[in-house]
Amino acid sequence: MPLLEVKDLHTSFFTRDGVVRAVDGVSFELNAGETLGLVGESGCGKSVTALSLMRLIPMPPGKITEGQIVFDGTDVLQMDDDDVRGIRGNNIAMIFQDPMTSLNPVLTISRQISEALELHLKMDRSEARKRTTELLELVGIPSAGKRLDDYPHQFSGGMRQRVMIAMALSCNPKLILADEPTTALDVTIQAQILDLLKNLAREFRTAFILITHDLGVVAGMTQRIHVMYAGRIVEKADTGELFANPKMPYTWGLLRSIPRLDERRKERLVPIEGLPPDLIAPPPGCRFEPRCQYRRDLCREREPELASVPGAKPDHQARCHGTQAGGWLVDLDWRSEIGDVRVLEEIKQEVAAVPAEAARLGAADLTPREGP
Amino acid sequence: MLSYVIRRVLLMIPTLFFVAFITFVLAHSAPGSPFDKNQNRPLPEATIERLNRLYGIDQPIQNQFVLYLNNLVHLDLGSSLVKDRTVADIIGSEFPVSAQLGLQALFIALAIALPLGIVSALKQNTGIDYASLLFATIGTTIPAFVIAIFAIFLFGVNLRWFPFIGWGNGCGPLPSCDLKRMAMPTVILSLGAMAFLTRITRASMLEAIRQDYVRTARSKGLREQVVIVGHVVKNAMIPVATIIGPATAGLITGSFIIEWMFNVPGLGREFVLSINRRDYPLIMGVYMLYATLIVIANLTVDIVYGWIDPRIKLGR
Repeated sequence: MPLLEVKDLHTSFFTRDGVVRAVDGVSFELNAGETLGLVGESGCGKSVTALSLMRLIPMPPGKITEGQIVFDGTDVLQMDDDDVRGIRGNNIAMIFQDPMTSLNPVLTISRQISEALELHLKMDRSEARKRTTELLELVGIPSAGKRLDDYPHQFSGGMRQRVMIAMALSCNPKLILADEPTTALDVTIQAQILDLLKNLAREFRTAFILITHDLGVVAGMTQRIHVMYAGRIVEKADTGELFANPKMPYTWGLLRSIPRLDERRKERLVPIEGLPPDLIAPPPGCRFEPRCQYRRDLCREREPELASVPGAKPDHQARCHGTQAGGWLVDLDWRSEIGDVRVLEEIKQEVAAVPAEAARLGAADLTPREGP
Repeated sequence: MLSYVIRRVLLMIPTLFFVAFITFVLAHSAPGSPFDKNQNRPLPEATIERLNRLYGIDQPIQNQFVLYLNNLVHLDLGSSLVKDRTVADIIGSEFPVSAQLGLQALFIALAIALPLGIVSALKQNTGIDYASLLFATIGTTIPAFVIAIFAIFLFGVNLRWFPFIGWGNGCGPLPSCDLKRMAMPTVILSLGAMAFLTRITRASMLEAIRQDYVRTARSKGLREQVVIVGHVVKNAMIPVATIIGPATAGLITGSFIIEWMFNVPGLGREFVLSINRRDYPLIMGVYMLYATLIVIANLTVDIVYGWIDPRIKLGR
């Protein structure tokens, strides 16, 4: 039995402009100790998926409308609030994107880590303090014992993210959700933090889901990768397979936009034109169709299923008419063929024609609205 | 820390000097004299001249100011020109009444504003939030003297629940206080600050509750009460503490309307009377006391601020 089984998860935000379907039918599985990368642009539903797993979606305006999240044999969505709290921080822990704002500025480091230890492991204050010192040493904070009573502002960004990792590991969780853990950090620190996360997860045999917009980040980190777009998973594959043999034009776009230092590139980085679709009224067919330079009429008419693709490993699935059996992209070499140039021009013009609209949809506001 | 406090205390000296200078010049440039107030029986010219000479009012203003400062440095506030008492004596007997009235009002304001502000933030846009908004709007927009008139009329005259004149025979230990007599002036004085503090508390709670660290706290599995009390309120109190200092000084010093209306023998009432009477030493004495209180209140806030917000480092 897998550790985590997400079935047909739907999470929506009920805003004044309409219902934003941030996560729209996401299903995946994760085994104990396994590592998974969840990749996609900003606003594609990665973070909302992670927050849904812990039932941390702000309600209102958010709501998990459908689906099952079976963790360790129990459906998290059916639990009462006390049971969910018993899982949070204890069995599932989360590392957030911005360590500068994710730690409470008026509480000491030791208090913030000890809190969970006292709550879930029933330690008393001095035990928790001792364990906190060990955890801080584990995540590489020098002279940890002397820094217990420091406040977050006395730590650098990288150090704070180490504190967040220590906090996440504190109760030996079975699953860690790392939501863009290195996005807010310097590039030099990013690698250190990722290494630390990978090594500790391996040491503790913790499964983790690494959420990122950067395929380069997940490359050496996770066993499998799920690519998300507009609230749906559009490609699932083992990490090596995904990089060697991607089967979805969106993934191609993501791969083309990674800067590489080990290759001499003739052409510049190619961005994906346009913005993600409006999740209040998504396109009726393939959600990537409006930005896809390989599109055909079929793409606009019917949304493809997430299905196995010819010429790939059996557990490699993609949501694309073109690469599925009988499609027009099955034998295409995505590295050399960048698609129909005329379509590319069309997309650029469409984007230029609706700048205001695009900006509004691109920045869909998911924060609760304040009343008068 | 200590050096910071010492430096701030030393900085009080120039502040108070400027307050003294400006007040002195303004008070003395107002037309009229302490000795022309009884229109029905004006004093003879010669008497006024002799009084002026006696109190040094005939001197050029700069000489008077230097003399006043010299006395002030020696902690001599002079004598009232109208009453047969020293300024120190008047302040000594009447300031405690104002201070008690102000501190009681502050206590009531905090006791109601903090919980009300917190609850209306937690129950944002519900009945209780709107009720607190209505209350806060009334408290800030309707002046105390209007509320006082209605309260006297209703609770004092018609219902006869509370006496509304005077302050009893001073106040020693609490049981001997005439609490009934103190109730109306205290509560009405507290309303303005209460309303204001409620809004500040609500706003800073709403600000704090949206921060990322609150989500982090929830992700640890803490109970909602623990998240609110341990993580949100502590942060939300930082802006509130900033307001409490000046509010305290304002309540202790600014209660003259209430004192006037309820005939409370406090310093605020005496202060307004002294201005009408051109009782220069008393004006100056009360003003210097108020200025000192406000300066001390601000210093206290800054010290407390450094204590509740670890990011603020005092000194350097």
